[in-house]
Amino acid sequence: MVAAPRSTYSCVWGWVVSIDLLALVGAMLTIATPLVWAGIGEVVVERTGILNLGIEGTMYLGAFIGFLAALRTGSPWLGLLAAVVSGVVAGLAMALLTVTLGLNQHVSGLGLTLFLIAVCEFTFRLLYAGERPTLEQKFHTLLPGVAVLNQHWLTYVAFLVLAPAAWWVLRSTGMGYRLHAVGENFEAADVAGISVAATRYVALMVGSALMTVGGAFLTLAVLGSYTLDIINGRGWVCIALVIFAQWRVWPTVFGALIFAVTDALQLQLAITTAFGSIPRELMLALPYLAVITALAVWGRKVRYPGSYLRAYRRG
Amino acid sequence: MSRPHALLELNGVTKRFGDLTANDSVSVSVAAGEVVALLGENGAGKSTLMKILYGLVRPDAGGISMNGQPLHIGSPRDAMSAGIGMVTQEFSLVETMTVTENVALSAVGLGIVDTRAARQRVTAAMERIGVDIEPDRLVSTLSLGERQRVEIVKALFHDCRVLILDEPTAVLTPQDVRALFATIDRLRQTGLGVLFVSHKLREVAEISDRVVVLRRGQLVGERVTSEVGVGELAALMMGVKAAAPVGDTAAAVGLPTEASPDAPAAPDRGESTTAQTPALVLTELTLERHGRSIVDAVTLTVQRGEVVGIAGITGNGQTELMELLCGTEQTTSGRMEVDGVDVTRSDVAGRLAAGLGRLTEDRRGSVVPQLSVEENLVLEDLPTYVRRGLVDRTAIRAHAERLIARFDIVATPAAAVSTLSGGNMQKVLLARALARRPRLLVAAQPTRGLDIGAYQFVHSQLKELRDSGAGLLLISEDLDEMRALCDRIAVLFRGRIVGTLTVEEATSERLGVMMTGEAVPA
Repeated sequence: MVAAPRSTYSCVWGWVVSIDLLALVGAMLTIATPLVWAGIGEVVVERTGILNLGIEGTMYLGAFIGFLAALRTGSPWLGLLAAVVSGVVAGLAMALLTVTLGLNQHVSGLGLTLFLIAVCEFTFRLLYAGERPTLEQKFHTLLPGVAVLNQHWLTYVAFLVLAPAAWWVLRSTGMGYRLHAVGENFEAADVAGISVAATRYVALMVGSALMTVGGAFLTLAVLGSYTLDIINGRGWVCIALVIFAQWRVWPTVFGALIFAVTDALQLQLAITTAFGSIPRELMLALPYLAVITALAVWGRKVRYPGSYLRAYRRG
Repeated sequence: MSRPHALLELNGVTKRFGDLTANDSVSVSVAAGEVVALLGENGAGKSTLMKILYGLVRPDAGGISMNGQPLHIGSPRDAMSAGIGMVTQEFSLVETMTVTENVALSAVGLGIVDTRAARQRVTAAMERIGVDIEPDRLVSTLSLGERQRVEIVKALFHDCRVLILDEPTAVLTPQDVRALFATIDRLRQTGLGVLFVSHKLREVAEISDRVVVLRRGQLVGERVTSEVGVGELAALMMGVKAAAPVGDTAAAVGLPTEASPDAPAAPDRGESTTAQTPALVLTELTLERHGRSIVDAVTLTVQRGEVVGIAGITGNGQTELMELLCGTEQTTSGRMEVDGVDVTRSDVAGRLAAGLGRLTEDRRGSVVPQLSVEENLVLEDLPTYVRRGLVDRTAIRAHAERLIARFDIVATPAAAVSTLSGGNMQKVLLARALARRPRLLVAAQPTRGLDIGAYQFVHSQLKELRDSGAGLLLISEDLDEMRALCDRIAVLFRGRIVGTLTVEEATSERLGVMMTGEAVPA
C-alpha cells in the first residue's frame, strides 16, 4: 500500500492520455440532447409552479410512440410528429389531474409515470413479443465524418434553436411574464386578469411535447430501436437539473452538459483496459453521482416558485 | 349633509354570514376628490363592505352605483373595469419581478413586451402621484411602504376613479405613513375618490374629509371630519354614546346605556378581600421588540372577586399583554404573580398549574379544529386522563358530557370543533377554562362576533366565576361589555397604562380622551 502512489499516478496519467477529447465532446453533445429537450420542457412547466414528475413516463411515451409510428409508416418524421402529439396528450392528462382536479402533484406525476411506462412496456410486448424490431429509416447525422459536428439535427436544434428561443420567450414575451407570474404568485396573476388554469394547461402541453421529443430522439436518431429501459432515469435527472438551474434555461443546459460529459467519460473509460478492475455498475452510476453532487453544492439555498406544488382555487 | 355630487354610492348593502350580520343596510358614498374614512373596530364590517365593492363578496341585498348608473360587480375584474381599485392588506405582487413588470402585468399580451414603453408609462403614473421608486427594482427588495405604493400605482394604471385602501397603515412605519398620506393628498387633488378604511382615529382625523363610522355591521354615524373631535369619534366607534341603534342594542341585551349607568356596581367586595392574596399582581411588566417597548412597565393588581378591564384602541399593546400573561411571549423585564406565585419565568404549563385560566382572542388558534369537542376539552389536562399510558376515553366522554350540559353547548362530544359555530366554539373554550377552576382568568375579546344569546351566556358565566372568588382580567374593545362586567377599567395607550378609572368614573368622554393618549404628558 505504501509503495502504491507512484504506480497510481502513472496509471491516472495513462487514463488521461487515453481520452479522445474530440470524441468525448461529440458524445457529450449527443448524450445531452434528450436532457436539453426534456429539461427545458420541465422548466416551462415548473415556471408555472407545477412539478411534473410525469416527465420520466412522458419521455418513455415519446420514445415508444415515435418508434412505433416510424416503424409502421417507415418515416422518422411521422414518428416525431406522433411523439409530439402523444406529449400534448400526456400534458393534458397531467393538467386535468393537477389543475382542474387540483390533486397532489407528486402523486399525480408519479402515477402518470408509472402508468405510461407500464402502457409502453405492455403494448411493446403485445406487439413484438420476442422480436427485436429496428427502424429501416432513422434520422442520420449531419456532417458525417467531421469530429464533434457530426450530430443529429435534433441536437443542433436543441442547442441552437430551442434553448435560445425558450430563454427569449421566458424573458421577453408576455407569455413568459404570464408563466412567471402564475408560478410565483397566482393570486396576483388572477387579479391581473391572467387565467391561472389556461396558463398551466398550455405550459403542461408544450412542456410535455418537448419531453416526448427528448424521448423520441433516443429511438428515432440514436438507437433506431426500442428497449424497455430506454429512458433509464433521464427524466429524474431532468427534475434535478431544473432545481439545480433554479428554473432558468441556460443553467439547465449547462447541467445537462455536466451529466453528459461524465457519462461520455465513463463510456470511454469503460473500454480502456486500465478500468477493467473497477465495477461497471460504479462507472454507470458516475453521471448520476455528478448530478447529486452538483445539487448538493449549488442547489441547497434554492428559492422555490411561490405557487410551487399548489393548486389554485379562487377565494 | 351637504357634500359634493357622489361619484360612487353603496345603497342599503346587507350581508349575512350565518346568524352574523356583517353589514346591515349600510349606505356609503364618495365623491370625486374626496377622502372618505370608514372607521370602526375590528369586526365592525368595514372589510366586508369593501370586499363587496371590489367584487370579492356578494351582498345579500343592496346595490352599487357609479355616477348614478347602477353597477353590477361580480368579480375584481368587473370592479377594475368600472374604475374601482383596491389595495388590500396582503399585497398581490410578484416578488421576483420588477416594479415595471408588476404594474404592467395586467396589460401585457402574449407577444414581445415593450419594456421601455412600459417603463415610461409606469414612471409617468408614479410622477403623477409623487411616488419615486426605481422602476427596474425587484419587488422583493422594496420595503412594505414602497410595495404599497407600487400597488397604488398598479390600481391607477387602469384608470381607476375610486381607490379603496384597506387598513393601509397597519404595516407601515411612521415615515411610510407620512409618505402614504402625501400620496393620498395627491390622489385627492387629481380628482380621485378615496375610501380609507381604518380603526386608527388620529389617522382618520388627519387624512379624511368625511368619516363614516361602522359598529357591529351598522352605520352609526357620519361626520364631516373638520367638525368632529377625536373623542366623539372614539365614542361612536366604541358605541358608548347613546346614538339610537347602539342604544337599542345595548338595551336589548340588558346592558347599561348612558341613560341608565347603574347595573354593575360591585360595592361590598372591597374590604373582605384586601387581606387575601391578590389574584394577579403585575409589577412593571415590559415587553421590548426591536428596541421598542410594546408593553411598557404595566403595573396592575387584580383582587379576588374583582373584574379589571383593559380598554384601548386596537394595536396599543393589548395582544402582546395577553401573550405575556399567557406565557406565549417572554417577558423582557418585570414580574407577574398569580395567586401569590411568581410565574414570570414559568412556561404555559407552569402558569396553568398556578391557577391561570385563559380565554384568548383567537378562538380558532386555541382549539385543534380537527379534533373533537371532548378531545379539545381535555387538551390542557391530558395527564389527568391518562391511565397506564393509555387515554381514558370513558372518563373524557363523561367529562365532556358534563360540560356540554352545564355550558349549553350545541354539539355532540365526538363532533369536530371545526364544525361548530363561533358561539359554540367560544363555549367550548369557556368550559375548558372554567372547568379547571382558575384563580385568575384572563379573557380577551370574549364576546366578539357572538350573537346576543351567546353574549349573555358568556357574561353570566364570567360573573359567576367572579362571584366564586376568582379574579378576572378582561381585555376588550367593547365598552358596553367593559361597563357591564368591570369594577375598574385601566386604559392602555402605546403599551402604557395611562390611567385607571372605577366604572362609575368611566364616562365615554374620559375614556375616549384617555384612549387617544391625550392624558399622557409629553
